[in-house]
Amino acid sequence: MADQTASAPVHAPTKDLSVWRIALRNKSVLWGGILLTLIVLLAIFGPFVTVDPVALNPMNRLKPPWGEAGLFGTDQLGRDVFSRVVNGARVSLIVGLAVAAISIAIGLLLGLIAGYIRVMDAVIMRVMDGLMSIPAILLAIAMISLSGATMFTVIAAIVIPEIPRVTRLVRSVVLTVREEPYVEAAIAAGTAVPLIMSRHVLPNTIAPLIVQSTYICGSAMLTEAILGFLGAGIPPEIPSWGNIMSEGRTFFQLTPWIIFFPGICLAVTVLAVNIVGDGLRDTLDPRIARTMR
Amino acid sequence: MLVYILKRILMTIPVMLVVALFVFLMLRLSPGDPAAVIAGDYATAEDVARIREQLGLSEPIVVQFTKWIGALLQGDLGTSIFSNKPVVELIGQRIEPTLLLALTTIIFSVLVAVPLGTIAAFRAGSWTDRAVMMFSVGGFSIPVFVLGYILIYVFSLNLRILPVQGYRSPFEDGLGPFLAHITLPTVTLSVIFIALIARMTRASVIEVLEEDYIRTARAKGQSEIKVLMRHALRNAAVPVVTVIGIGIALLIGGVVVTESVYNIPGLGRLVLDAVLARDYPIIQGLILFFSFIYILLNLLIDLTYTFLDPRIRY
Repeated sequence: MADQTASAPVHAPTKDLSVWRIALRNKSVLWGGILLTLIVLLAIFGPFVTVDPVALNPMNRLKPPWGEAGLFGTDQLGRDVFSRVVNGARVSLIVGLAVAAISIAIGLLLGLIAGYIRVMDAVIMRVMDGLMSIPAILLAIAMISLSGATMFTVIAAIVIPEIPRVTRLVRSVVLTVREEPYVEAAIAAGTAVPLIMSRHVLPNTIAPLIVQSTYICGSAMLTEAILGFLGAGIPPEIPSWGNIMSEGRTFFQLTPWIIFFPGICLAVTVLAVNIVGDGLRDTLDPRIARTMR
Repeated sequence: MLVYILKRILMTIPVMLVVALFVFLMLRLSPGDPAAVIAGDYATAEDVARIREQLGLSEPIVVQFTKWIGALLQGDLGTSIFSNKPVVELIGQRIEPTLLLALTTIIFSVLVAVPLGTIAAFRAGSWTDRAVMMFSVGGFSIPVFVLGYILIYVFSLNLRILPVQGYRSPFEDGLGPFLAHITLPTVTLSVIFIALIARMTRASVIEVLEEDYIRTARAKGQSEIKVLMRHALRNAAVPVVTVIGIGIALLIGGVVVTESVYNIPGLGRLVLDAVLARDYPIIQGLILFFSFIYILLNLLIDLTYTFLDPRIRY
């Protein structure tokens, strides 16, 4: 059976598979990936085995960790902090993935247009310059305060400041690629623009975009937590690492662990994502890797 | 040279316009009645009408925009809904702590990060290098406020060598209390910056060290320290300065969080208080203010390139 698949006619995925195999040979990708997989599994299955994260227990308030009140203790309403942290992992991962996917999709489209259509270039890039000069956190706070904090608005508010970075990246790839002899040859041969895009330009954007998406994912998780911490993020009914820490602030001197446990989880998750990103950059994108070794 | 400087200055105008337009449209295009959102859940119909009047929301949108831009050009960032004070005046009252925190952070970060990055580049592949790179990845991963609370926990609550929170003005309370209160916020805010600048310095110095003129300098028998200071660092400066410029945006976001953690009455706190009070003109004014500062700083940085590297011309 295995032999049959191996000798089957070559399809596109074969190349991708080998890319992943090379990537996995990189230590950073391997260890970061293992760590990240564990966190994802915990986020998916953890909430089924932990106690109710929003169950109030006024008799059991602000209990220390490792005791009878659960692994991470309880908060000021007697809710189990461990359960809240495990449930909060879902929010962080969903926000990170959604922001990365959406901002890459929009940025890719805008970058291709800006890089390929001269007239649109100036317009799109000036708009992107403008967006980039608005501090991301302020922009997000303002948007959320105007439209109300839900999962959707939080994701949208984090996506918008990320778009310019992706657009710039894609545009620069397009500008470099269109000078390449094989693209000039394709143009000279009368190849249609959509075909040039899909066959020559897009494949060149994949590696840098995969790398970029890991960084966006990491920074989106941090921004989500910051928004939650400042009280402008996802409302406390849905536990997120940011809002657990936000609620823990009042009692920080008494019960610092309410901030430390979700904080450490967040830092470890973002670290895992960034390590994978660095490893992928080194293996997939030798051009950047040369300068950022 | 003069033409380049003029061109570069003119280039900031469309960018500023885009920022202004975006901030203007954000309120108008948000779902629902913005006046009602700002007035809050317990507002009466009169409150809503008053706010709509105050923000000029009842006029046609083009009229609103021209009026608003006109006021903006005269330095009018709007008026607070609740305190009825001009936003410019409120910014003036709160700017000192933010400005000083930003300054101490930039100075501290550069003083730590540039030597770190240079040493890492010089000893590329060694344990020192790996330690610097690990610190850099860690710096990007730890949330600013978690770091802030860890530092408070260690230095203020346990070791009791630094104050927990608050701010003292160097002009009114003296330099000692100011430094005692600004140390932890500065370190907190600096970590991500140090990570960023050290990484850039390292990459940039490594690249420069491979250049021919470095080999020439070494072949002349110049000491390593001279090679590094005179040739490598000077040429590596451009990307480093650029990254400091890009980092300003990061700094502004970090300031909001850090001021919140350390209870510093600066612009970041002004934003958060305005969000809680739904005082939209303040939020809007501050976004514009910070964005313009960012644009102007990056203009300045671009212009310093011409002095750092005379090859750069448009």
